[in-house]
Amino acid sequence: MSGQDEEELAMWLQAAIAGDEKAYAAFLRRTGALVRGFARRRIIDGSLDPEDIVQETLLAIHTKRHTWRSDAPVLPWVFAIARFKLIDAFRKRGRRVEVDIDDIANTVAQQEAETVSERDMRRVLDGLAPGQRSVVAAISIEGHSIGETAAKYNMTETAVRVTLHRGLRAIAKKFGRS
Amino acid sequence: MQTEDLINALKADNARQPISLGRTWQVALAGATLAAAVVFWLSLGPRPDFMAAAHTLRFLFKFVATLLLASTAFELVRALSRPGSNVVRPALLMAAAPVAVALAVVTELVAVPSDQWRTVWWGTNISTCLTFIPLIGLVPLAVFLLALRHGAPTHPAVAGAVAGLLAGGLSATFYAAHCPDDSPLFVATWYSIAIAGLALLGTILGPRVARW
Repeated sequence: MSGQDEEELAMWLQAAIAGDEKAYAAFLRRTGALVRGFARRRIIDGSLDPEDIVQETLLAIHTKRHTWRSDAPVLPWVFAIARFKLIDAFRKRGRRVEVDIDDIANTVAQQEAETVSERDMRRVLDGLAPGQRSVVAAISIEGHSIGETAAKYNMTETAVRVTLHRGLRAIAKKFGRS
Repeated sequence: MQTEDLINALKADNARQPISLGRTWQVALAGATLAAAVVFWLSLGPRPDFMAAAHTLRFLFKFVATLLLASTAFELVRALSRPGSNVVRPALLMAAAPVAVALAVVTELVAVPSDQWRTVWWGTNISTCLTFIPLIGLVPLAVFLLALRHGAPTHPAVAGAVAGLLAGGLSATFYAAHCPDDSPLFVATWYSIAIAGLALLGTILGPRVARW
């Protein structure tokens, strides 16, 4: 087990729950890197894109971050969610799988960088209502802040937050059901 | 979508923190207990000789068994609602209620002459038991499934089953105050069947309600 990952992730996630956006981004980045290694090592037949698993896991972690107990270790929680999302993805493609997590120890030490690919944001955003789509795209792809997005679309910041929140929930739901 | 783009969106959405899961379970338990109590008082109410019965061991044991089931199931379902939590210990503790009932059954078989076994086993109230334990447990089951939905069960069918056992234990605790049949033979058979019905319903509904 990598004690350093565990400690840092716990620290970041606790700060994030207290409202620290930067700590949350750091947490998500490191977690994404760990899940990437986990997914790549298990998708050996190319039937799935590991990056899809990374994104579905990050989204699930986000919508379910209240299921982490601040006194519990973070890594078992992260990998339980990653494993659940990986099995779910395999199952949707009509395969029955058992994903072994005994070798988490090996996975944990290895973070992997995302390979640059022409992943199409539109594919994920297409299912959203138009208002949600433009707000989510402005914040994610274009990297605008809440305030900038509010100014751009002539909305209040609260409305942008609510729209973003609903858009993310809709995407998470789509991952869960499709 | 690049993963970095997604992270941008997620961190911007961090200001809204979801309701704590621990709190959700507390509220769910309180709400479910209240709902069961209301349905119980409106439909059955306690038996007329409740005060006298409260001095007999057989009557009191029913509450020991049902409360053991409810409390151990509550521990386990909460663990099942959090990914990566240790479920082995709460799962083993689930044996407490069945073991207690088994011991009581053995004691009863020793205490009661064998020609009366059938009489106390069948009791007088089987159909009421099989009707009202599931009925009183329905709203609690719905409440617990909603709490599971707020959580993230990685085994939703198992979690749904345990939610059913919890609803059943809670419901049977109320029902036991009405039921005139106090023999452990009766409880072991008919209460179990009624509670299993709720567990089965929970198994079916769990994966549908608590998808994530």
